Amino acid sequence: MNTKLAYLIAFALLLVAPFVLYPVFLMKLLCFALFASAFNLILGFGGLLSFGHAAFFGGAAYITGHALKVWGVPTELGIVLGALSAGALGLAIGLLAIRRQGIYFAMITLAMAQMVYFFFISADFSGGENGLQGVPRGSFLGLVDLQSNLSMYYFVLGIFVLGYFIIARTVHSPFGQVLSAIRDNEPRARSLGYDVERYKLLAFVLSATMAGLAGATKTVVFQLASLTDAHWHMSGEVVLMTLLGGLGTIAGPAIGAGTIITLQNMLASGPLSSWVPVVLGLIFVVCVLLFRRGVVGEIQALIRKSF
Amino acid sequence: MNASPYILETEGLTKGFRGFTAVDHVDLRVKRHEIHALIGPNGAGKTTVFNLLTKFLTPTEGVIRFNGKDITSAKPAEIARMGVIRSFQISAVFPHMTARENVRVALQRKLGTSFQFWRSVKTLNRLNDRADELLDMVGLSRFSDAMVADMSYGRKRALEIATTLATEPELMLLDEPTQGMGREDVELVTELIRKVSAGRTILMVEHNLGVVSTLCDTITVLQRGAILTEGNYTEVSADPRVKEAYMGKAA
Repeated sequence: MNTKLAYLIAFALLLVAPFVLYPVFLMKLLCFALFASAFNLILGFGGLLSFGHAAFFGGAAYITGHALKVWGVPTELGIVLGALSAGALGLAIGLLAIRRQGIYFAMITLAMAQMVYFFFISADFSGGENGLQGVPRGSFLGLVDLQSNLSMYYFVLGIFVLGYFIIARTVHSPFGQVLSAIRDNEPRARSLGYDVERYKLLAFVLSATMAGLAGATKTVVFQLASLTDAHWHMSGEVVLMTLLGGLGTIAGPAIGAGTIITLQNMLASGPLSSWVPVVLGLIFVVCVLLFRRGVVGEIQALIRKSF
Repeated sequence: MNASPYILETEGLTKGFRGFTAVDHVDLRVKRHEIHALIGPNGAGKTTVFNLLTKFLTPTEGVIRFNGKDITSAKPAEIARMGVIRSFQISAVFPHMTARENVRVALQRKLGTSFQFWRSVKTLNRLNDRADELLDMVGLSRFSDAMVADMSYGRKRALEIATTLATEPELMLLDEPTQGMGREDVELVTELIRKVSAGRTILMVEHNLGVVSTLCDTITVLQRGAILTEGNYTEVSADPRVKEAYMGKAA
């Protein structure tokens, strides 16, 4: 009940936000909120630390950029293509990594993501250091021109709500129940007759697809796919966003992403501009030391205690 | 095939770890509808046998048959689906879920919707009655909505049994079900095992001889990885070799 109300208020705020704040900033925020939520699906609910999610975010960014710019497909189709390619990449990486646990899983995903990164450096179509520039935004269903930031914003908001809903539903589904059980006690889940690798693989593919959706949308917003999207910094940043907001909570990663993006924006124009990584690092340390459950996780714990 | 009185049989079951033979040609037969105990001093290979039977370890040699079917190379999840469910030495529960959700996870496999990430979790609510029934059976009906992480050890064990029962196993394998419990919890769990044994077969590894004497029909004594003797409690406890094995350990 209260959660529903909170979501309604948040949605209403998002509807009016572009009249108060710069739409491009808001769109960036939404893309990263979706990215972090997708990442949380595999870390928070699957219990697997992937250190290669930039491959899915960046991979989709490039595929969508190429599809829109070179093949000239409609915008929606370009985004879907990007997300699906990220899902396929997730399947390939997942098949190799999913049997490993802990640090080994993290290392394999990192290594694979680095290979994807170097592929984009060397491939012809990706424009090397320059990235893919001047990707056309196109229109929504051929009806609404997305060149205007305001209409683009509502398009992105729609994608965000859809992606967020898919992730929330996955968590609260029969599949999500099994996934939580596996995260809590893998041998026990196995002894109840579940082939845990298959469940983890599906979660990984879903997470990759949604991360891809975020990356694809980001390309359309900025009309640019660049190496930054696929760099391992990106994989690290999404871990930070998720932990800060609250691992394994539905809304946490989105809030964590919002906080980080807002901070980056504010600091970038101030006297601390060259110190952004240091400030973020400090926040990360404070978060891990003082409120390990993240912002949303701590609030939930408080509410539970007071009832 | 089911004419055999034995639900589980092993032939020449052997497991070696780098030159050390933990389990040495064990021929174990578990009769249908019995409570069968596996006892022995520390290091006798009970837990290794147990892990071999549940497929968490692979035997070096030998055959394991369940209902006459060779399951030597089956996977843990496969034999679970055939009706062989194990418990663990430490309580095996899902701590960040409620007690009802714990039981429901075991029930939901049979619905065949466990890969459906697009469906609402509410579709599982039709399992709630059955889950509550099972919780009631183990005396946990008051705790169905409690987070399992906050429950006491004895209750976690009871919940584990309810979860195991949810899969309607033909054969339950219990690994030291009363380990680390106070006397009250031991009695509680003993009663529980007796209650759930109706119509099922139970094979348990147990240290507590009091529990074994009141509960078990057949007892197999292991020593140094091999079967020392087998029989009911009176027979086994009268065997001088068994006394020696246990005394030898105490001395």
